[in-house]
Amino acid sequence: MAVSERMILNIGPQHPSTHGVLRLVVELEGETIAKITPDIGFLHRAIEKLCETKTYSQCIPLTDRLDYLAPLSNNLGFVLAVEKLLGVEIPRRAQYLRVIMAELTRISSHLIWLGTHAMDIGAITVFLYTFREREATYDLFDLAHGARMNVSYMRVGGLARDVPDEFLKRLRTFLDEFSDKIDEYETLLTRNRIWLNRTRGVGVLSAQDAIALGVSGPNLRASGVGWDIRKTSPYSAYDEFSFNIALGKNGDVYDRYLVRLTEMRESTKIIKQALEVLPEGPIAVDDPKIVFPPKELLPRDMESLIHHFKLVAEGFCPPEGECYVSIEAPKGELGFYIVSDGGPRPYRVKVRAPSFVNLQALPKMAEGRLIADLVAIIGSIDIVLGEIDR
Amino acid sequence: MGNNRLAIDRIKEAFGEKSILETREFRGEITVVVTRDKILDVAGLLRRDPVLDYDFLSDICGVDWPGRAERFEVVYHLYSLKHNSRLRVKVKLREDDPRLPSVTEVWPTANWHEREAFDMFGIEFTGHPDLRRILNPDDFKGFPYRKDFPIR
Repeated sequence: MAVSERMILNIGPQHPSTHGVLRLVVELEGETIAKITPDIGFLHRAIEKLCETKTYSQCIPLTDRLDYLAPLSNNLGFVLAVEKLLGVEIPRRAQYLRVIMAELTRISSHLIWLGTHAMDIGAITVFLYTFREREATYDLFDLAHGARMNVSYMRVGGLARDVPDEFLKRLRTFLDEFSDKIDEYETLLTRNRIWLNRTRGVGVLSAQDAIALGVSGPNLRASGVGWDIRKTSPYSAYDEFSFNIALGKNGDVYDRYLVRLTEMRESTKIIKQALEVLPEGPIAVDDPKIVFPPKELLPRDMESLIHHFKLVAEGFCPPEGECYVSIEAPKGELGFYIVSDGGPRPYRVKVRAPSFVNLQALPKMAEGRLIADLVAIIGSIDIVLGEIDR
Repeated sequence: MGNNRLAIDRIKEAFGEKSILETREFRGEITVVVTRDKILDVAGLLRRDPVLDYDFLSDICGVDWPGRAERFEVVYHLYSLKHNSRLRVKVKLREDDPRLPSVTEVWPTANWHEREAFDMFGIEFTGHPDLRRILNPDDFKGFPYRKDFPIR
Protein backbone atom coordinates (compact mmCIF):
# COMPACT_ATOMS: atom_id res chain seq x y z
CA MET A 1 0.00 0.00 0.00
CA ALA A 2 1.40 3.38 -0.94
CA VAL A 3 2.43 5.62 1.91
CA SER A 4 -0.09 8.24 0.87
CA GLU A 5 -2.89 5.79 1.64
CA ARG A 6 -1.92 5.64 5.27
CA MET A 7 -4.20 7.29 7.75
CA ILE A 8 -2.68 9.16 10.63
CA LEU A 9 -4.65 8.74 13.81
CA ASN A 10 -3.95 10.80 16.86
CA ILE A 11 -4.68 9.10 20.17
CA GLY A 12 -4.56 11.27 23.23
CA PRO A 13 -3.24 13.03 25.19
CA GLN A 14 -6.68 12.94 26.64
CA HIS A 15 -7.93 9.41 26.24
CA PRO A 16 -9.33 6.95 28.73
CA SER A 17 -7.17 4.04 27.63
CA THR A 18 -3.77 5.62 27.50
CA HIS A 19 -3.34 5.51 31.26
CA GLY A 20 -2.43 9.09 31.67
CA VAL A 21 -1.54 11.97 29.41
CA LEU A 22 0.09 10.02 26.65
CA ARG A 23 -0.19 10.94 23.02
CA LEU A 24 0.27 8.35 20.32
CA VAL A 25 0.58 9.19 16.67
CA VAL A 26 -0.46 6.09 14.82
CA GLU A 27 -0.05 5.56 11.09
CA LEU A 28 -2.61 3.05 9.93
CA GLU A 29 -2.90 0.99 6.82
CA GLY A 30 -6.49 -0.12 7.11
CA GLU A 31 -6.65 -1.61 10.59
CA THR A 32 -2.98 -2.46 10.79
CA ILE A 33 -0.55 -0.26 12.63
CA ALA A 34 2.25 0.64 10.28
CA LYS A 35 4.05 3.03 12.59
CA ILE A 36 3.44 4.27 16.09
CA THR A 37 5.19 7.19 17.72
CA PRO A 38 4.62 8.02 21.37
CA ASP A 39 4.68 11.71 22.25
CA ILE A 40 5.34 12.28 25.90
CA GLY A 41 6.08 15.21 28.20
CA PHE A 42 2.58 16.37 29.05
CA LEU A 43 3.17 15.67 32.72
CA HIS A 44 6.72 16.96 32.86
CA ARG A 45 7.22 18.89 36.08
CA ALA A 46 11.04 19.14 36.12
CA ILE A 47 11.19 17.15 39.35
CA GLU A 48 14.87 16.44 38.83
CA LYS A 49 15.68 20.13 38.64
CA LEU A 50 13.42 20.88 41.61
CA CYS A 51 15.41 18.40 43.68
CA GLU A 52 18.50 20.57 43.16
CA THR A 53 16.79 23.37 45.09
CA LYS A 54 15.75 21.26 48.05
CA THR A 55 17.53 19.43 50.83
CA TYR A 56 17.68 15.66 50.54
CA SER A 57 14.83 15.22 53.01
CA GLN A 58 12.73 17.76 51.22
CA CYS A 59 13.11 15.76 48.00
CA ILE A 60 11.27 12.79 49.45
CA PRO A 61 7.74 14.16 48.89
CA LEU A 62 8.79 14.95 45.31
CA THR A 63 9.66 11.31 44.76
CA ASP A 64 6.13 10.27 45.79
CA ARG A 65 4.84 12.04 42.72
CA LEU A 66 6.99 10.12 40.24
CA ASP A 67 5.23 6.79 39.98
CA TYR A 68 2.26 8.05 41.93
CA LEU A 69 0.65 4.62 41.97
CA ALA A 70 3.56 3.17 43.94
CA PRO A 71 4.80 6.13 45.99
CA LEU A 72 6.57 4.16 48.70
CA SER A 73 8.71 2.41 46.09
CA ASN A 74 10.01 5.73 44.85
CA ASN A 75 10.64 6.87 48.43
CA LEU A 76 12.62 3.71 49.05
CA GLY A 77 14.78 4.04 45.95
CA PHE A 78 15.67 7.61 46.74
CA VAL A 79 16.52 7.13 50.40
CA LEU A 80 18.57 4.04 49.60
CA ALA A 81 20.66 6.10 47.17
CA VAL A 82 21.21 8.87 49.73
CA GLU A 83 22.03 6.33 52.43
CA LYS A 84 24.61 4.79 50.13
CA LEU A 85 26.18 8.20 49.62
CA LEU A 86 26.26 8.73 53.36
CA GLY A 87 27.44 5.19 54.03
CA VAL A 88 24.93 4.51 56.82
CA GLU A 89 23.40 1.22 57.85
CA ILE A 90 19.75 1.02 58.68
CA PRO A 91 18.41 -0.77 61.79
CA ARG A 92 16.74 -4.13 61.17
CA ARG A 93 13.25 -3.17 62.18
CA ALA A 94 13.30 -0.33 59.67
CA GLN A 95 14.57 -2.64 56.94
CA TYR A 96 11.80 -5.16 57.57
CA LEU A 97 9.15 -2.49 57.65
CA ARG A 98 10.54 -1.10 54.41
CA VAL A 99 10.16 -4.52 52.81
CA ILE A 100 6.59 -4.75 54.09
CA MET A 101 5.77 -1.32 52.72
CA ALA A 102 7.47 -1.94 49.40
CA GLU A 103 5.66 -5.22 48.85
CA LEU A 104 2.33 -3.76 49.92
CA THR A 105 2.98 -1.02 47.39
CA ARG A 106 3.72 -3.63 44.74
CA ILE A 107 0.39 -5.31 45.46
CA SER A 108 -1.36 -1.96 45.35
CA SER A 109 0.28 -1.00 42.05
CA HIS A 110 -0.49 -4.35 40.42
CA LEU A 111 -4.10 -4.11 41.60
CA ILE A 112 -4.65 -0.85 39.83
CA TRP A 113 -2.82 -2.18 36.80
CA LEU A 114 -5.08 -5.22 36.66
CA GLY A 115 -8.25 -3.23 37.16
CA THR A 116 -7.52 -0.64 34.50
CA HIS A 117 -5.97 -3.09 32.04
CA ALA A 118 -8.94 -5.45 32.22
CA MET A 119 -11.36 -2.55 32.03
CA ASP A 120 -9.68 -1.23 28.89
CA ILE A 121 -10.11 -4.58 27.20
CA GLY A 122 -13.73 -4.69 28.27
CA ALA A 123 -13.77 -6.73 31.47
CA ILE A 124 -15.19 -3.91 33.53
CA THR A 125 -16.13 -5.95 36.59
CA VAL A 126 -12.51 -6.69 37.45
CA PHE A 127 -11.94 -2.99 38.03
CA LEU A 128 -14.52 -2.88 40.78
CA TYR A 129 -13.03 -5.91 42.51
CA THR A 130 -9.39 -4.79 42.43
CA PHE A 131 -10.24 -1.29 43.60
CA ARG A 132 -12.01 -2.76 46.58
CA GLU A 133 -8.69 -4.31 47.63
CA ARG A 134 -6.79 -1.20 46.70
CA GLU A 135 -8.95 0.78 49.10
CA ALA A 136 -7.90 -1.65 51.81
CA THR A 137 -4.22 -0.96 51.04
CA TYR A 138 -4.88 2.77 51.07
CA ASP A 139 -6.47 2.42 54.50
CA LEU A 140 -3.39 0.55 55.68
CA PHE A 141 -1.04 3.28 54.45
CA ASP A 142 -3.27 5.86 56.07
CA LEU A 143 -3.05 3.98 59.36
CA ALA A 144 0.71 3.68 59.17
CA HIS A 145 1.56 7.24 58.39
CA GLY A 146 -1.47 9.39 57.82
CA ALA A 147 -1.61 9.58 54.05
CA ARG A 148 -3.49 7.28 51.70
CA MET A 149 -1.47 7.71 48.60
CA ASN A 150 1.50 10.06 48.54
CA VAL A 151 2.80 8.74 51.77
CA SER A 152 6.43 9.94 52.07
CA TYR A 153 6.92 7.39 54.81
CA MET A 154 10.59 6.66 54.27
CA ARG A 155 13.27 8.94 55.61
CA VAL A 156 17.00 9.01 55.04
CA GLY A 157 18.22 6.81 57.84
CA GLY A 158 15.03 4.81 58.37
CA LEU A 159 11.37 5.60 58.58
CA ALA A 160 9.37 8.62 59.63
CA ARG A 161 7.77 6.81 62.55
CA ASP A 162 6.96 3.35 63.78
CA VAL A 163 3.75 1.61 62.75
CA PRO A 164 0.91 1.32 65.25
CA ASP A 165 -0.06 -2.19 66.42
CA GLU A 166 -3.41 -1.71 64.76
CA PHE A 167 -1.60 -1.54 61.42
CA LEU A 168 0.06 -4.93 61.91
CA LYS A 169 -3.24 -6.45 62.96
CA ARG A 170 -5.17 -5.07 59.99
CA LEU A 171 -2.33 -6.04 57.64
CA ARG A 172 -2.55 -9.65 58.78
CA THR A 173 -6.29 -9.68 58.19
CA PHE A 174 -5.81 -8.18 54.74
CA LEU A 175 -3.21 -10.79 53.80
CA ASP A 176 -5.32 -13.67 55.10
CA GLU A 177 -8.12 -12.69 52.76
CA PHE A 178 -6.02 -11.54 49.85
CA SER A 179 -5.05 -14.88 48.30
CA ASP A 180 -8.72 -15.69 47.92
CA LYS A 181 -9.25 -12.36 46.26
CA ILE A 182 -6.54 -13.09 43.70
CA ASP A 183 -8.31 -16.41 43.04
CA GLU A 184 -11.46 -14.40 42.44
CA TYR A 185 -9.75 -12.27 39.79
CA GLU A 186 -8.41 -15.41 38.17
CA THR A 187 -11.86 -16.96 37.88
CA LEU A 188 -12.90 -13.90 35.92
CA LEU A 189 -9.96 -13.78 33.53
CA THR A 190 -7.37 -16.52 33.38
CA ARG A 191 -9.42 -19.11 31.49
CA ASN A 192 -11.91 -16.68 30.03
CA ARG A 193 -12.14 -17.33 26.30
CA ILE A 194 -12.53 -13.67 25.40
CA TRP A 195 -9.59 -12.67 27.57
CA LEU A 196 -7.43 -15.38 26.03
CA ASN A 197 -8.36 -14.32 22.52
CA ARG A 198 -7.51 -10.72 23.23
CA THR A 199 -4.25 -11.33 25.03
CA ARG A 200 -2.60 -14.52 23.80
CA GLY A 201 -0.02 -13.91 21.11
CA VAL A 202 -0.65 -10.18 21.26
CA GLY A 203 2.14 -7.67 21.70
CA VAL A 204 4.95 -10.20 21.70
CA LEU A 205 8.35 -8.93 22.83
CA SER A 206 11.27 -11.32 22.50
CA ALA A 207 13.83 -11.61 25.26
CA GLN A 208 16.54 -10.27 22.99
CA ASP A 209 14.52 -7.20 22.01
CA ALA A 210 13.52 -6.60 25.60
CA ILE A 211 17.13 -6.51 26.78
CA ALA A 212 18.24 -4.37 23.86
CA LEU A 213 15.45 -1.90 24.56
CA GLY A 214 16.22 -1.74 28.28
CA VAL A 215 12.90 -3.23 29.35
CA SER A 216 12.83 -4.37 32.95
CA GLY A 217 10.45 -5.66 35.58
CA PRO A 218 7.43 -7.85 34.88
CA ASN A 219 7.63 -7.06 31.15
CA LEU A 220 11.14 -8.47 30.94
CA ARG A 221 10.27 -11.47 33.06
CA ALA A 222 7.24 -12.22 30.91
CA SER A 223 9.64 -12.46 27.97
CA GLY A 224 11.54 -15.15 29.82
CA VAL A 225 14.46 -13.22 31.34
CA GLY A 226 14.63 -13.94 35.04
CA TRP A 227 16.14 -10.67 36.31
CA ASP A 228 14.77 -9.36 39.58
CA ILE A 229 16.87 -6.81 41.47
CA ARG A 230 15.51 -8.09 44.77
CA LYS A 231 17.40 -11.28 44.02
CA THR A 232 20.50 -10.09 42.17
CA SER A 233 21.32 -7.08 44.37
CA PRO A 234 19.21 -7.53 47.48
CA TYR A 235 18.51 -4.37 49.40
CA SER A 236 16.74 -3.82 52.72
CA ALA A 237 16.95 -7.41 53.93
CA TYR A 238 15.30 -8.95 50.83
CA ASP A 239 17.90 -11.70 50.94
CA GLU A 240 16.31 -12.97 54.15
CA PHE A 241 13.03 -13.84 52.53
CA SER A 242 12.17 -16.74 50.31
CA PHE A 243 10.11 -15.99 47.23
CA ASN A 244 9.92 -17.06 43.60
CA ILE A 245 10.42 -15.00 40.48
CA ALA A 246 7.49 -15.18 38.10
CA LEU A 247 8.63 -16.00 34.59
CA GLY A 248 6.76 -16.03 31.31
CA LYS A 249 7.54 -17.86 28.10
CA ASN A 250 6.04 -16.01 25.18
CA GLY A 251 6.36 -12.38 26.11
CA ASP A 252 2.79 -11.59 25.14
CA VAL A 253 0.10 -9.64 26.94
CA TYR A 254 -1.24 -12.81 28.55
CA ASP A 255 2.15 -13.69 30.01
CA ARG A 256 2.52 -10.20 31.44
CA TYR A 257 -0.85 -10.68 33.10
CA LEU A 258 0.17 -14.03 34.60
CA VAL A 259 3.52 -12.69 35.78
CA ARG A 260 1.94 -9.80 37.68
CA LEU A 261 -0.69 -12.02 39.24
CA THR A 262 2.03 -14.35 40.46
CA GLU A 263 3.98 -11.38 41.78
CA MET A 264 1.00 -10.38 43.89
CA ARG A 265 0.95 -13.84 45.41
CA GLU A 266 4.69 -13.76 46.02
CA SER A 267 4.45 -10.33 47.61
CA THR A 268 1.84 -11.67 50.01
CA LYS A 269 4.26 -14.45 50.94
CA ILE A 270 7.07 -11.98 51.56
CA ILE A 271 5.00 -9.73 53.79
CA LYS A 272 3.80 -12.71 55.82
CA GLN A 273 7.39 -13.83 56.36
CA ALA A 274 8.41 -10.33 57.38
CA LEU A 275 5.55 -10.10 59.86
CA GLU A 276 6.51 -13.43 61.43
CA VAL A 277 9.99 -12.27 62.36
CA LEU A 278 9.57 -8.50 62.57
CA PRO A 279 12.36 -7.46 64.92
CA GLU A 280 11.92 -4.96 67.71
CA GLY A 281 14.10 -1.92 67.86
CA PRO A 282 14.62 1.58 66.51
CA ILE A 283 13.18 2.59 63.17
CA ALA A 284 15.94 4.97 62.26
CA VAL A 285 19.70 5.11 62.52
CA ASP A 286 20.94 6.65 65.75
CA ASP A 287 22.78 9.57 64.21
CA PRO A 288 21.45 13.00 65.14
CA LYS A 289 23.35 14.52 62.24
CA ILE A 290 21.03 12.72 59.81
CA VAL A 291 17.90 11.78 61.70
CA PHE A 292 15.82 13.95 63.99
CA PRO A 293 16.43 13.22 67.68
CA PRO A 294 13.34 11.98 69.56
CA LYS A 295 10.90 14.81 70.12
CA GLU A 296 10.67 14.25 73.86
CA LEU A 297 14.32 15.21 74.24
CA LEU A 298 14.00 18.60 72.61
CA PRO A 299 12.68 20.61 75.60
CA ARG A 300 15.29 19.10 77.93
CA ASP A 301 18.47 18.48 75.98
CA MET A 302 20.32 21.38 74.38
CA GLU A 303 22.33 19.22 72.05
CA SER A 304 19.24 17.55 70.63
CA LEU A 305 17.70 20.92 70.06
CA ILE A 306 20.74 22.12 68.17
CA HIS A 307 20.82 19.00 66.01
CA HIS A 308 17.14 19.34 65.25
CA PHE A 309 17.60 22.98 64.34
CA LYS A 310 20.53 22.25 62.06
CA LEU A 311 18.65 19.49 60.29
CA VAL A 312 15.63 21.67 59.66
CA ALA A 313 17.47 24.86 58.80
CA GLU A 314 20.29 23.40 56.77
CA GLY A 315 19.99 19.66 56.35
CA PHE A 316 22.74 17.06 56.37
CA CYS A 317 25.60 17.09 53.89
CA PRO A 318 26.67 13.81 52.33
CA PRO A 319 30.29 13.59 51.17
CA GLU A 320 31.17 14.66 47.66
CA GLY A 321 30.59 11.84 45.23
CA GLU A 322 27.94 10.04 43.25
CA CYS A 323 25.82 6.95 43.60
CA TYR A 324 23.47 4.94 41.46
CA VAL A 325 21.06 2.71 43.31
CA SER A 326 18.27 0.82 41.64
CA ILE A 327 15.45 -1.21 43.12
CA GLU A 328 12.86 -3.59 41.76
CA ALA A 329 9.90 -1.25 41.64
CA PRO A 330 6.53 -2.64 40.53
CA LYS A 331 7.20 -1.39 37.01
CA GLY A 332 10.82 -2.43 36.69
CA GLU A 333 14.27 -1.07 37.44
CA LEU A 334 13.80 2.21 39.23
CA GLY A 335 17.18 3.87 39.58
CA PHE A 336 18.32 7.03 41.31
CA TYR A 337 21.61 8.59 40.24
CA ILE A 338 22.53 11.22 42.80
CA VAL A 339 25.53 13.52 42.50
CA SER A 340 26.61 15.27 45.66
CA ASP A 341 28.89 18.30 45.79
CA GLY A 342 29.22 18.03 49.56
CA GLY A 343 26.40 20.48 50.21
CA PRO A 344 22.99 20.04 51.82
CA ARG A 345 21.20 19.88 48.47
CA PRO A 346 21.81 17.30 45.75
CA TYR A 347 23.78 18.63 42.78
CA ARG A 348 21.97 16.39 40.33
CA VAL A 349 19.28 13.77 40.69
CA LYS A 350 18.52 11.60 37.69
CA VAL A 351 15.57 9.26 37.97
CA ARG A 352 15.85 6.17 35.84
CA ALA A 353 12.16 5.59 35.41
CA PRO A 354 11.19 2.08 34.29
CA SER A 355 8.05 3.20 32.48
CA PHE A 356 10.05 5.72 30.41
CA VAL A 357 12.25 2.93 29.10
CA ASN A 358 9.50 0.31 28.84
CA LEU A 359 7.35 2.61 26.72
CA GLN A 360 10.15 2.76 24.19
CA ALA A 361 9.36 -0.88 23.41
CA LEU A 362 5.80 -0.05 22.35
CA PRO A 363 6.54 0.29 18.62
CA LYS A 364 8.29 -3.08 18.67
CA MET A 365 5.23 -4.69 20.23
CA ALA A 366 2.51 -2.89 18.33
CA GLU A 367 3.72 -2.32 14.79
CA GLY A 368 2.24 -4.85 12.41
CA ARG A 369 -0.67 -5.57 14.69
CA LEU A 370 -4.26 -4.39 14.56
CA ILE A 371 -5.33 -1.10 16.10
CA ALA A 372 -7.72 -3.06 18.31
CA ASP A 373 -4.75 -4.70 19.98
CA LEU A 374 -3.13 -1.41 20.83
CA VAL A 375 -5.11 -0.83 23.98
CA ALA A 376 -4.30 -4.29 25.29
CA ILE A 377 -0.61 -3.78 24.57
CA ILE A 378 -0.36 -0.39 26.24
CA GLY A 379 -2.18 -1.69 29.27
CA SER A 380 0.13 -4.65 29.53
CA ILE A 381 3.26 -2.51 29.70
CA ASP A 382 1.91 -0.84 32.87
CA ILE A 383 3.04 2.71 32.41
CA VAL A 384 2.64 5.67 34.70
CA LEU A 385 3.08 9.05 33.06
CA GLY A 386 4.26 10.52 36.35
CA GLU A 387 7.51 8.67 36.12
CA ILE A 388 7.78 8.81 32.33
CA ASP A 389 7.61 12.57 32.26
CA ARG A 390 8.89 13.38 35.74
CA MET B 1 31.10 -7.82 40.80
CA GLY B 2 34.81 -8.00 39.96
CA ASN B 3 34.07 -7.65 36.30
CA ASN B 4 34.01 -3.91 36.31
CA ARG B 5 37.69 -3.71 37.22
CA LEU B 6 38.36 -6.17 34.44
CA ALA B 7 36.59 -3.78 32.10
CA ILE B 8 39.22 -1.13 32.79
CA ASP B 9 42.00 -3.53 31.85
CA ARG B 10 40.24 -4.69 28.71
CA ILE B 11 39.62 -1.14 27.55
CA LYS B 12 43.27 -0.23 28.03
CA GLU B 13 44.35 -3.42 26.26
CA ALA B 14 42.19 -2.72 23.25
CA PHE B 15 42.53 1.04 22.92
CA GLY B 16 45.66 2.03 24.78
CA GLU B 17 46.47 3.57 28.14
CA LYS B 18 45.38 7.02 26.99
CA SER B 19 41.83 5.90 26.20
CA ILE B 20 40.93 6.06 29.89
CA LEU B 21 41.26 9.54 31.35
CA GLU B 22 40.45 8.63 34.92
CA THR B 23 38.88 5.98 37.06
CA ARG B 24 37.22 6.31 40.40
CA GLU B 25 35.81 3.92 42.95
CA PHE B 26 33.30 5.17 45.50
CA ARG B 27 30.97 3.11 47.69
CA GLY B 28 31.78 0.04 45.63
CA GLU B 29 30.86 1.65 42.30
CA ILE B 30 33.43 2.03 39.56
CA THR B 31 33.44 4.99 37.19
CA VAL B 32 35.53 5.18 34.03
CA VAL B 33 36.03 8.40 32.08
CA VAL B 34 36.83 7.96 28.39
CA THR B 35 37.47 10.39 25.58
CA ARG B 36 34.73 11.39 23.21
CA ASP B 37 36.40 9.93 20.15
CA LYS B 38 36.74 6.54 21.82
CA ILE B 39 33.24 6.22 23.30
CA LEU B 40 31.76 4.31 20.38
CA ASP B 41 34.63 1.82 20.33
CA VAL B 42 34.54 1.40 24.09
CA ALA B 43 30.78 0.92 24.00
CA GLY B 44 31.17 -1.80 21.38
CA LEU B 45 33.83 -3.55 23.44
CA LEU B 46 31.82 -3.41 26.65
CA ARG B 47 28.80 -4.78 24.86
CA ARG B 48 30.37 -7.51 22.76
CA ASP B 49 33.29 -8.84 24.77
CA PRO B 50 31.91 -12.09 26.26
CA VAL B 51 33.85 -11.64 29.49
CA LEU B 52 32.38 -8.18 30.04
CA ASP B 53 28.99 -8.57 28.31
CA TYR B 54 27.39 -5.28 29.39
CA ASP B 55 24.20 -5.98 27.49
CA PHE B 56 21.88 -3.76 29.50
CA LEU B 57 22.13 0.01 29.35
CA SER B 58 20.26 1.25 32.38
CA ASP B 59 20.54 4.97 31.81
CA ILE B 60 22.22 7.85 30.04
CA CYS B 61 22.06 11.30 31.52
CA GLY B 62 23.75 14.66 31.42
CA VAL B 63 25.27 16.64 34.28
CA ASP B 64 26.10 20.34 34.03
CA TRP B 65 29.23 21.70 35.72
CA PRO B 66 29.27 25.33 34.61
CA GLY B 67 32.53 26.19 36.38
CA ARG B 68 34.56 23.60 34.51
CA ALA B 69 36.35 23.82 31.18
CA GLU B 70 34.60 20.61 30.23
CA ARG B 71 31.17 21.73 31.24
CA PHE B 72 29.03 18.73 30.42
CA GLU B 73 29.29 15.15 31.55
CA VAL B 74 27.44 12.41 29.74
CA VAL B 75 27.01 9.51 32.15
CA TYR B 76 26.26 5.95 31.02
CA HIS B 77 25.11 3.33 33.51
CA LEU B 78 25.74 -0.19 32.29
CA TYR B 79 24.73 -3.57 33.65
CA SER B 80 25.69 -7.09 32.69
CA LEU B 81 22.82 -9.52 33.20
CA LYS B 82 25.06 -12.55 32.99
CA HIS B 83 27.78 -11.35 35.34
CA ASN B 84 25.55 -9.18 37.59
CA SER B 85 28.04 -6.38 37.29
CA ARG B 86 27.55 -2.62 36.99
CA LEU B 87 29.81 0.01 35.47
CA ARG B 88 29.57 3.77 35.05
CA VAL B 89 31.17 5.35 31.98
CA LYS B 90 31.52 9.07 31.49
CA VAL B 91 32.47 11.40 28.68
CA LYS B 92 33.24 15.05 29.36
CA LEU B 93 32.38 17.69 26.80
CA ARG B 94 33.37 21.30 26.35
CA GLU B 95 30.70 23.96 26.27
CA ASP B 96 31.56 25.17 22.79
CA ASP B 97 31.35 21.69 21.29
CA PRO B 98 28.84 19.52 23.18
CA ARG B 99 28.69 16.69 20.67
CA LEU B 100 29.51 13.03 20.79
CA PRO B 101 28.52 9.87 18.90
CA SER B 102 25.23 8.19 19.67
CA VAL B 103 25.38 4.65 21.03
CA THR B 104 21.96 3.62 19.71
CA GLU B 105 23.64 1.13 17.38
CA VAL B 106 25.12 -0.63 20.40
CA TRP B 107 22.18 -0.32 22.80
CA PRO B 108 18.86 0.58 21.09
CA THR B 109 17.48 1.69 24.43
CA ALA B 110 19.84 4.69 24.24
CA ASN B 111 17.44 6.34 21.81
CA TRP B 112 15.11 8.02 24.29
CA HIS B 113 17.80 8.63 26.92
CA GLU B 114 19.90 10.55 24.40
CA ARG B 115 16.87 12.52 23.28
CA GLU B 116 16.27 13.53 26.88
CA ALA B 117 19.90 14.61 27.36
CA PHE B 118 19.59 16.65 24.19
CA ASP B 119 16.28 18.16 25.28
CA MET B 120 17.51 19.12 28.75
CA PHE B 121 21.17 19.98 28.19
CA GLY B 122 21.59 20.60 24.49
CA ILE B 123 24.06 17.75 24.11
CA GLU B 124 24.13 16.58 20.51
CA PHE B 125 24.42 12.89 19.73
CA THR B 126 25.73 12.50 16.20
CA GLY B 127 24.28 9.62 14.26
CA HIS B 128 21.14 9.47 16.39
CA PRO B 129 18.21 8.29 14.22
CA ASP B 130 15.71 10.83 15.58
CA LEU B 131 17.31 13.53 17.71
CA ARG B 132 14.54 15.85 18.81
CA ARG B 133 13.05 17.02 22.06
CA ILE B 134 11.18 14.43 24.03
CA LEU B 135 9.71 15.92 27.18
CA ASN B 136 9.52 19.62 26.42
CA PRO B 137 7.30 20.99 23.61
CA ASP B 138 8.87 20.90 20.15
CA ASP B 139 9.13 24.67 19.92
CA PHE B 140 10.65 25.14 23.38
CA LYS B 141 13.64 27.42 23.58
CA GLY B 142 16.55 26.71 25.85
CA PHE B 143 17.86 23.73 27.78
CA PRO B 144 16.08 23.56 31.14
CA TYR B 145 18.37 21.33 33.20
CA ARG B 146 21.39 23.52 32.61
CA LYS B 147 22.31 25.36 35.77
CA ASP B 148 21.91 28.76 34.12
CA PHE B 149 18.31 28.06 33.20
CA PRO B 150 16.16 29.67 35.90
CA ILE B 151 13.95 27.48 38.02
CA ARG B 152 11.04 29.88 37.55
